[in-house]
Amino acid sequence: MDETVAEYIRRTVLKIPRDEIKMMLQKWGFLSEAQLQTLNFHQLKDNISQEVVQLCEENSADIKQAAVLDIIYNHIYQNKRMWSVYHMRKTGEELEYFDLTDFRKKFKRRLQSALKNVTVTFQEYEDNAIWIRVAWGTPHRQPNQYKPSYVVYHPQTPYVFVSASVLKSNLPLLCQALIVASNYHDIREMELRGHSLNSLKDIVFNRYSHNFQTYCPKPQQASTVEPESADLRIINENRGEKERIQRLNQEGFGDGPQPILQFAQYKLETMFKSRPEMDVLDKKEPFRCLVKFSSPHLLESLKSLVPAGMADAPLSPLLTCIPQKARNYFRIRDKKGLPPESFVSP
Amino acid sequence: HIATSLPLPSERDHLRPRIDLIVFVIDIKSKCSLKNVEASLAYVDAKFFLGKVYFLVTGVGRVNCCSIETNAICKLGEAYGSPVLFCELELEGVRVATAQRLLRILQICASLVPGFSALSFGLLMRNSADD
Repeated sequence: MDETVAEYIRRTVLKIPRDEIKMMLQKWGFLSEAQLQTLNFHQLKDNISQEVVQLCEENSADIKQAAVLDIIYNHIYQNKRMWSVYHMRKTGEELEYFDLTDFRKKFKRRLQSALKNVTVTFQEYEDNAIWIRVAWGTPHRQPNQYKPSYVVYHPQTPYVFVSASVLKSNLPLLCQALIVASNYHDIREMELRGHSLNSLKDIVFNRYSHNFQTYCPKPQQASTVEPESADLRIINENRGEKERIQRLNQEGFGDGPQPILQFAQYKLETMFKSRPEMDVLDKKEPFRCLVKFSSPHLLESLKSLVPAGMADAPLSPLLTCIPQKARNYFRIRDKKGLPPESFVSP
Repeated sequence: HIATSLPLPSERDHLRPRIDLIVFVIDIKSKCSLKNVEASLAYVDAKFFLGKVYFLVTGVGRVNCCSIETNAICKLGEAYGSPVLFCELELEGVRVATAQRLLRILQICASLVPGFSALSFGLLMRNSADD
């Protein structure tokens, strides 16, 4: 077995938390059950990984199998990576039958014809997702297995989720290979990025709960007993206001759990508006400013701003439109020709 | 009656009984809270400040999260001639004790305790705090 493969397998196993190593090796299926029985999972991870490498040596593992182990790790820890979303378009509405073998062949061929040294690995999952791992090399260098890109594609949808490695120069080639293999005509990057892959999928596949603007006649009579107050003698003076806020929040965000996003970024290219006497800027240039909101669960925290009393209801549509518009990176410019009013550019 | 700010909504005026005590709750972790209280104070009729207004500062247990200086709150108390109480709502024992204190103060302000008026008790509270 190649030294580089051995080292790669060793480092991959070291990444896995000790309690999960057995489960992941079983998922991998490259080592037999008998071989797994011989492993002692209660020793130092260093030793466990050495033993795994030895077993792989017995089975003559090559880089293809090692790559599969890496995909399995990244599939389980998908939220550690940053994912971008790409949208593909095709001319015409022909519903083509998706042939997986054909897709794989075309994709691999496109990459190999351009770079010669690439490692391409595919793995299919039950939720109809195809995971592709690409390790990039050059015509003169072996692929760097430690900085691969990952692509998640659901066939029959025009969306692709990419977690690129640091080597950004390979992105155009990756995009080309995707459209060639999937018979689309063009691909562009959406302004949507995040760590939670499932949430990104929820947003583009419209799987989260929508805030439909339905008409709901509000009951006019005295409201029912609040379940929270243990004592009926406690009267909340602002109950009406609370209900109004709740209703507006619901209209803004919908009822169900919000997709998990980590950032929202607004790039302002607007003119600075000040009182004439302040005259801060001599030149009438757009005031460049970047506003970034970050949170472990951005949408949920925005949703709780108004009930917590930290913001006025209703919240700005710039914040509530994030799931519908499927974007969390915005550019805001002044509307031209009208009194200053900002609008969101496409 | 609990309210998030003053003035109170006018549509419930006819349902409200006489107000004997107003406690302004300030969360020491939130500057918004202090601003809100300062804005609401403007809506309180002057006669309440004769012993029927108290400031209750919560969240004092979390020393790392204080955003408001206790000095500022004490100055607020002095400016409005009203006592300031400190408590920590997250601890059950302190919560219960504070509730009992407030109930006692309410009894005095509602003139249910013979020999004490709201004004005399308020002065007592403020003077003892200075010592």
